[in-house]
Amino acid sequence: MIQIENLTKRYGRVAAVDGVTFSVPAGSVTGFLGPNGAGKSTVMRMLTGLTPPTSGRATVLGKDYRDLVNPGSRVGVMLDASAQHPGRTGREALTLAALTVGVPRTRVDDVLRLVGLTDDEAGRRVRTYSLGMRQRLGLAGAFLGEPEVLVLDEPANGLDPQGIHWMRTLLRDFADRGGAVLLSSHLLHEVQAVADDIVVIGRGRIVAQGSMAELVAGSGSRARSEDDGALAVALEAAGHTATLTPDGVVVDVEPADLGRVALAAGIVVTDLRPHGSQGLEELFLRLTADDSREVAA
Amino acid sequence: MSTATRTPSRAENPAPAAPRTDGRPGVPFGRLLRVELRKLLDTRAGRWLGIVTAGIAVVAVVAFLVWGEAADATYAGLLGIATLPLVMLLPILGIMTATAEWSQRTGLVTFALEPHRGRVVLAKLVAAVVLGLGVVAAAALAVALAHLVGSGARDLPTAWEVPAATALGLVLALTIYLVQGVAFGLVFLNTPVAIVASLLLPTVFSIVTSLVDGFEKVAAWLDLSLVTEPLTEGTMAGQDWAHLATAALVWIGVPLGVGTWRVLTKEIA
Repeated sequence: MIQIENLTKRYGRVAAVDGVTFSVPAGSVTGFLGPNGAGKSTVMRMLTGLTPPTSGRATVLGKDYRDLVNPGSRVGVMLDASAQHPGRTGREALTLAALTVGVPRTRVDDVLRLVGLTDDEAGRRVRTYSLGMRQRLGLAGAFLGEPEVLVLDEPANGLDPQGIHWMRTLLRDFADRGGAVLLSSHLLHEVQAVADDIVVIGRGRIVAQGSMAELVAGSGSRARSEDDGALAVALEAAGHTATLTPDGVVVDVEPADLGRVALAAGIVVTDLRPHGSQGLEELFLRLTADDSREVAA
Repeated sequence: MSTATRTPSRAENPAPAAPRTDGRPGVPFGRLLRVELRKLLDTRAGRWLGIVTAGIAVVAVVAFLVWGEAADATYAGLLGIATLPLVMLLPILGIMTATAEWSQRTGLVTFALEPHRGRVVLAKLVAAVVLGLGVVAAAALAVALAHLVGSGARDLPTAWEVPAATALGLVLALTIYLVQGVAFGLVFLNTPVAIVASLLLPTVFSIVTSLVDGFEKVAAWLDLSLVTEPLTEGTMAGQDWAHLATAALVWIGVPLGVGTWRVLTKEIA
């Protein structure tokens, strides 16, 4: 439902976005990952007609965003939760959007309930909102027109762990009903549990993309035991590469294999779980590290 | 909570909610206009601007009624006094409607809901004029009341005559200043800068033209405060209209054109 083809944005000689191509099919959540300043927001602004691309094309529901009839009723957009007039109440901000999109006022109450803002909170000026409340208000605005597609920039930013969990459920539900979601984040763990597909961007270029299963679910496992040191030695002895960490032993084999080694060595395992392949996380850390080095320099 | 289940799949409830995929892209103009009008009044800044404007007008009229020459306290005379603060404050209303999307970054929402920014600009322009006319109408009513009370209190006959040319000229002049405010707001996209510029630039222009020999002729064609004088006095004649047109082109047409172009091409971030 979202098609992005060879999208490029240059500012002078700097390419903020460089030849980005991906798509978001119906019924799926795509996580758009990258460190701050990687070009995620620029891609999303080009997608929603707020920034003209230098070259390439982005379409939503088969059309340029600008060519959509009443776009607010087709695509729910939240690009910056803080971009609200501080002097308006949350309810007023949503009422303005409802008038523009042409949905009944009762819909404002519906979405307020959907995102868990109380009547009292909705009646307060946005100035007094926490970042988490602004995110909920922004999500309410995105859901207002009962859209088929959601484009959300950093929606989990500022939400508490419960809020993140709630948002995952909300987006998962939306996608399971046939909607398409593109959400960005600079934190891998925020999208890990909700995204079907992942696009990783660094310095304007796509550095990895694929299904979550391909990219994250690897063959590794992590275990805690009554004697992690002995477990690591036993695993090494069995020919695996084991790493002792404060969080337990990390090893590049399936949990079942680790369990067998522990059984053979007579070590009581207290916690055993699959461990994401180091690939994606390492790639992500490297991207972030590259950028922080640049800032330091 | 039924709302959570109402979300996307149009296939589930195709009949009423099926999206209109035909028709003109964007949002109907009437809805944009209504929203822009509402935006002018739903913040403290907008409301206070209205209250302050009304307050100054009331104080001016009351002061005039109490201390002014009784003979001058006609309806036309009072109307002239009450509209003085409007000339100052209506342009600020115009500026604020134009700049708010940038100063408060609400443009991210506004222009995502209506990507055809030219239509939003037009809606803002029309909304400002509609509200401006509403304010003028309210002022006219309030002044009528003041005149009635004032004349009654001082046992004077009421004098209601307002020449049509004066009334229309006054409304047109106020509209011109209001639209100029919108135009300056669009050029600078920054409330304080636009307010200062809209107050300062015409004044500087007037001073310069009055100081430099030979510039009076230029001023007659380009100084907005000069060319609107016959308009508010209801004495517009042949060449006055030409003067008004050239001045309006320079002080409204040009900034409106430049400002609209800026809005259309500027990145919304």
